[in-house]
Amino acid sequence: MPDLLLELFSEEIPARMQAKAADDLRKMVTDKLVAEGLVYDGAKSFATPRRLALTVHGLPARQPDLKDERKGPKVGAPDAAVQGFLKATGLKSLDEATIQKDPKKGDFYVALIEKAGRPAIDVIAEIIPVIIRTFPWPKAMRWGELSAKPGALQWVRPLHSVVATFGMETEDPDVVAFDVAGITAGQVTRGHRFMAPAAFSVRRFEDYEAKLFDAKVVLDPQRRKDIILADAKELAFAQGFELVEDQGLLDEVSGLVEWPVVLMGSFDEAFLSIPGEVIRATIRNNQKCFVVNDPKTGKLANRFILVANIEASDGGKAIVAGNERVIRARLSDAKFFYETDLKTKLEDRLPKFEHIVFHEKLGTQAERIARIERLAAEIAPLVGADVEKTKRAAKLAKTDLLTEVVGEFPEVQGLMGKYYALAQGEDQSVAGAIEDHYKPQGPNDRVPSDPVAIAVALADKIDILTGFWSIDEKPTGSKDPFALRRAALGVIRLVADNTIRLPLLTTFAKAAKSHDGKDLLSFFADRLKVQLREQGARHDLVDAVFALEGQDDLLMIVRRVEALGKFLETDDGKNLLAGTKRASNILAIEEKKDKRTFDGAPDASLFVADEEKQLARAIIDTKREAGDAVAKEDFANAMTAMAKLRPAVDAFFDKVKVNDDDAKVRENRLKLLNEIRAATRAVADFSKIQD
Amino acid sequence: MDSMPSHMRPERSFQGLILTLQRYWADYGCVILQPYDMEVGAGTFHPATTLRALGPKCWNAAYVQPSRRPKDGRYGENPNRLQHYYQFQVILKPSPPDIQDLYLKSLAAIGIDSELHDIRFVEDDWESPTLGAWGLGWECWCDGMEVSQFTYFQQVAGVECAPVAGELTYGLERLAMYVQGVENVYDLNFNGRDGDQKVTYGDVFLQAEQEYSRHNFEHADTAMLFEQFKMAEGACRKYLEAGWDGDKKERHLMALPAYDQCIKASHVFNLLDARGVISVTERQSYILRVRELAKACGDAWVHTEAGGV
Repeated sequence: MPDLLLELFSEEIPARMQAKAADDLRKMVTDKLVAEGLVYDGAKSFATPRRLALTVHGLPARQPDLKDERKGPKVGAPDAAVQGFLKATGLKSLDEATIQKDPKKGDFYVALIEKAGRPAIDVIAEIIPVIIRTFPWPKAMRWGELSAKPGALQWVRPLHSVVATFGMETEDPDVVAFDVAGITAGQVTRGHRFMAPAAFSVRRFEDYEAKLFDAKVVLDPQRRKDIILADAKELAFAQGFELVEDQGLLDEVSGLVEWPVVLMGSFDEAFLSIPGEVIRATIRNNQKCFVVNDPKTGKLANRFILVANIEASDGGKAIVAGNERVIRARLSDAKFFYETDLKTKLEDRLPKFEHIVFHEKLGTQAERIARIERLAAEIAPLVGADVEKTKRAAKLAKTDLLTEVVGEFPEVQGLMGKYYALAQGEDQSVAGAIEDHYKPQGPNDRVPSDPVAIAVALADKIDILTGFWSIDEKPTGSKDPFALRRAALGVIRLVADNTIRLPLLTTFAKAAKSHDGKDLLSFFADRLKVQLREQGARHDLVDAVFALEGQDDLLMIVRRVEALGKFLETDDGKNLLAGTKRASNILAIEEKKDKRTFDGAPDASLFVADEEKQLARAIIDTKREAGDAVAKEDFANAMTAMAKLRPAVDAFFDKVKVNDDDAKVRENRLKLLNEIRAATRAVADFSKIQD
Repeated sequence: MDSMPSHMRPERSFQGLILTLQRYWADYGCVILQPYDMEVGAGTFHPATTLRALGPKCWNAAYVQPSRRPKDGRYGENPNRLQHYYQFQVILKPSPPDIQDLYLKSLAAIGIDSELHDIRFVEDDWESPTLGAWGLGWECWCDGMEVSQFTYFQQVAGVECAPVAGELTYGLERLAMYVQGVENVYDLNFNGRDGDQKVTYGDVFLQAEQEYSRHNFEHADTAMLFEQFKMAEGACRKYLEAGWDGDKKERHLMALPAYDQCIKASHVFNLLDARGVISVTERQSYILRVRELAKACGDAWVHTEAGGV
């Protein structure tokens, strides 16, 4: 079976786009092949800074032949219908059609269309140029002479050549014949830009990959990553250090080189007085180099690891020296920033916030800080935090935004605040809260546990949520520019992980005056649902609990949902749910029929059947027991009480006819059904639970 | 390069580096222009780039452009930052297919050997909000240091580039520091001489950096500057309006003088920004006002002879 080899050779593709581009290429080509009846055995795609490559193996040499029978008009139908039929089927005259007998409706024409499959290589020659022209780069560009005319090819950077071969392993493959934007597909490519720039010819994937390797190009990004990681670890280890692994950086760096060469450089030990995170941010962000630890101290060592793209003629001495120079200059800047920052007390930075607008409609940063401070002080007693420390932490929490280091490296915000706070002798909890009040930032981020940090973190998030709710700037669809979803999830995790009782509606009211607290609460319900869904829990139970009156205590909601989930997994739970739903359904029908509700206690004197009396008793018992348990926030016991209701409900539906002929008895029974619904509402609104 | 006298060699002399680049691009066929005689923030502002990038005509040019970034002043105390520095600018329209190789050879000409150094093209999309311009390209790295910007212009002054021009911008001080092996910009050997004949970058520019930093941050007359901004904006619009030849607006006769006023407005804005008298919200609206001027100038330019009419 023949294989396809495709290579799109261009100028340097941004590292961050390579993986997706390789994936898109494989998917687009194979989807189109399959759509054309060309089913394949396997496909794999690759990217380097200068090329996208794809191999598809085990393709058929031809498309399968297609046979199609098309029903036509009746024999003797008007000419217009006959002509339409001939045109649609491509037949020259009715002589080419067959006649099918149909004694009932009358005989009709049938066209037998046989479409011979085309050679796969011809189909591929049509597919690829279309894919190149419609390739989904995040940003594409035009270039050169052809860009003078409209409709010029757009690619991520100028495209230089295309390799496209198709053929059997045993034979010389054919070049897939097509042109795109003045480039004719062929079988010639080039190696490494500096070490092997000469053109060479390739036949199929196996020799392509091998010849590229000889020409100092490692085609497979995973292999480049493996090489970089192994070499970096070894180089660090050989000198008594330990590589600080960094997957994001590894991904990026592997997209910047075709031939990774790992080298180590050093910097002046004096720079180690700068916080390690700042050194790492400097070296990582600006220079795309790794840092290493001293295993004895667990702290950064004055070394860095760089990944070059060439085997230099001097063994890399000039490259290391050059990188050391740049890193020295960068660290000098960082050290200067850090030392400058230390000269100003954090609180002395506060006045500047009066001139910085947080949001056009929400006032200045200074106003926001004052709001956070006030709210954090309100929350502090609820989470067991010292009020004065909490106020101090809230006041200082944002001040590091005005420091030089954070201006340069926004990702160390909070952390620098902590360092500067400790340096000026702030309390440990206060300093820790400055770092932690941004947390948790995402699902894998740490949740603060110090009460002061919890109070400020909650205040920060609730302020931003109520603020944007008050000006009606809520997230819509994929648009959430102020990360409000993340803020709400942060509140949920802070409360759940630290088992905090926080009445949300009252807290919202304290945070901002005019906003729709109920609406914001339902936003929290949605976030909670998303979170539970991600944990594999039943998210419909959140609705069932939120549907009850006055549910604004997230911790209680979570606990209730957990207990309810467990209960519904038992037989008692399932049957009670079924019984309750049945009661609700009957009630809904009858309420509609009578145009009234059946509220109020049933009249005991109107009970006829034993099952009725037993159910009424069970309801009273359950209500009391479940109510007591809920009051004690013992949801497991509340569910146990619920379980006792189940046999009575089952027996009632088994033996008793609700729609009795006696109107009074009927009404009384409907009231009893309504009581089942009411009783279950002690724990949740069962009607919101999905089956 | 061997025949070159030592005081002209790029690794010894700042001016030697500039002359070598000029020579290299002259040999390629570029017109070698002199700096534009106005204050600009970057070589891109020179009409030889901004305006000539528009329209269908071929255009290959290279020039040094003194660039002013009032905010980057450091009173002469920072070894890497300057409020006035030199860019070497090359513009090739349409971008030739071998433009990357041409660039690498220009590095070789100033002594950067690609067998010894790690030269990389790292993604950097360029955008100038004030010029209404964007393009895709890279930062060019040499051993981890950014030495040039490489951009394929896609749009300039709000006009689609057809054909696309390739723009190369060399940061001359940084390159010179690298090839001379100097840590502080003020220590650069300017004229390539030794002993008492040696003139350093500091000899030439340190005083200016100190004086202009004082001016830019502390003393620049903001009342005058606000007025100048308004005047330049008004003049630009006036010249644009007056430049149309007839009512059909098919031909413009004063795109260049109008564009000078746009450059002026842009620099005045940068000074006001450095003085810290423009608030965050106002800042955006000033940028928009300059962009509107740039766009109107671009529109005028494409109705001139060199714009292709």
